[in-house]
Amino acid sequence: MILRFVFHYIWLKMFRNQYDSDVTVWSPQGRLHQVEYAIAAVKLGTATVGLKNNDYAVLVALCKPPSELSASQRKLIPIDDHLGISIAGITADARVLSKYLRSECLSYKHSYGSTYPVSRLITNLGNKMQTTTQRYDRRPYGVGLLIAGYDEKGPHIYKVEPSANFFNCKAMTIGSRSQSARTYLERHLSTFNGCSKDDIICHGIHAIRSSLPNDELNKDDGASQLNITIAIVGKDQPFKILNNDENTAYLEMAKERGTSSMASKPQKDDDNFSTEDQPESSTPRDPQVAIGTMEIQ
Amino acid sequence: MMNNSCAQPMWLNGPSPGQFYNFMGGNNAPAQLPRELTTAGPYGTKHSTAAITTGSSVLGIRFDGGVLVAADTLVSYGSLARYQNIERVFQINNKILLGGGGDFADIQSIKRSIDQKMIEDQCCNDGVVMKPAELSSWLTRVLYNRRCRMNPLYIDVVVGGVDEAGKPFLGNVDLRGRAYDDYVVATGFGRHLALPLVRERKPKDREFTFEEATSLIRESMKVLYYRDTRSLPQYTVGICTANDCSIKGPFKVEENWTFAEGVSGY
Repeated sequence: MILRFVFHYIWLKMFRNQYDSDVTVWSPQGRLHQVEYAIAAVKLGTATVGLKNNDYAVLVALCKPPSELSASQRKLIPIDDHLGISIAGITADARVLSKYLRSECLSYKHSYGSTYPVSRLITNLGNKMQTTTQRYDRRPYGVGLLIAGYDEKGPHIYKVEPSANFFNCKAMTIGSRSQSARTYLERHLSTFNGCSKDDIICHGIHAIRSSLPNDELNKDDGASQLNITIAIVGKDQPFKILNNDENTAYLEMAKERGTSSMASKPQKDDDNFSTEDQPESSTPRDPQVAIGTMEIQ
Repeated sequence: MMNNSCAQPMWLNGPSPGQFYNFMGGNNAPAQLPRELTTAGPYGTKHSTAAITTGSSVLGIRFDGGVLVAADTLVSYGSLARYQNIERVFQINNKILLGGGGDFADIQSIKRSIDQKMIEDQCCNDGVVMKPAELSSWLTRVLYNRRCRMNPLYIDVVVGGVDEAGKPFLGNVDLRGRAYDDYVVATGFGRHLALPLVRERKPKDREFTFEEATSLIRESMKVLYYRDTRSLPQYTVGICTANDCSIKGPFKVEENWTFAEGVSGY
């Protein structure tokens, strides 16, 4: 009897996920588990927000040091004068991608004397990343990117996933607990277009702030404690990561404005933090593969 | 069962044999030179050293809302007026005009490459089109690269057009990749004959108007016809503004040879 249970257990272990051993293997449900695991890696990184108004695109990233003893990871990477990225996931992979983006932009500038159109660059990046999802000797990049760029078509925010899907966004957020920030963005989306440069940065700060867990949020009323990085690009504004002084100034500004706009935020939403983000806990769950477990009765 | 006719190589993307134990990965062959430099023909390799079928002057004038580019329709074979009805001003896309002087075969060659780039632009389907300044920069790179390979394209081109904001651009790139942009550019004899005529009429404080530019083109093409032996009294004019980019013509030069009766002594 016991032996039977043991066998059952081994069977279960073996076939819990039969279809995730290789990127090129389909599950019978039509899913690529390795690609989905890579997407899960993005959710382990700290949150980052991208948003834009008519003239500017802004990236705000939360820089939590991985341990008390280390400095925080760099979350924002400048690519070119008109473009920069914000990352969540495996930083080493992001470095490889940013090297690619940089050399593409540089080569474009050398050939044409102008900046790489953002949509075209992202399409090419997507094509490069897609190959990793279709070859047995590759693994998907374990990093999600938010790209803020400005070109003749105006400011852009793009989201790029490890699955090589990319999305042209009005505002977007990726990383751990980013759902709450997304809720903030969705709620204020209609106001973004018309608002000023300062406003859009403050919105970014508020959004990233709402992705913090409650206990950190209550520490000295949040804002000044926030360890964030802000970058802006737009009309007559080359991509710039704000320095410490500007950072503090904007945090203060956001704090002042926050008392009015954050107050309008229902308290209920704050309470939702923990429950909403529970599925994105630090150990990614394996996708449920019914066919792999189905025969165990 | 297995279709062996399209069998893939067994080993891709891995280390090449000897990569780990040979010095520098066994990769110490000199950098690959372009094929035309390394493969000699049966009697050696000779690059072209002169233009054969040539177009003469191209004249471009920038005005407040766009550019005009004009060239006569002659392609000469030496001193022979061989092809008399060939347009040398091309519309590249809705923002760019190209006027070609120099070896016409090389013009056609570079034009084919540019047209291919325009098709690639359209394939992106993102509404981004190439701007004249970008094409000019790209031509500089290509032509300078060909110069460095000791195999230049014998061309002298005028690139004109407007950018996304409707701001006009007019530039010139020659066979060595030298480039400049100005309110008036000319190639061939036009550089000696037409350029000074246009420059002396330039108001200091403003751009030319469209009317001034058209009359200057008309006048300059007449002077070029009278003074340049490799020219015809027929020319086409490309116009590029924010709303319109097209080739007009052919137009006739108003010739008047009554003064010729008084010319004697030759």
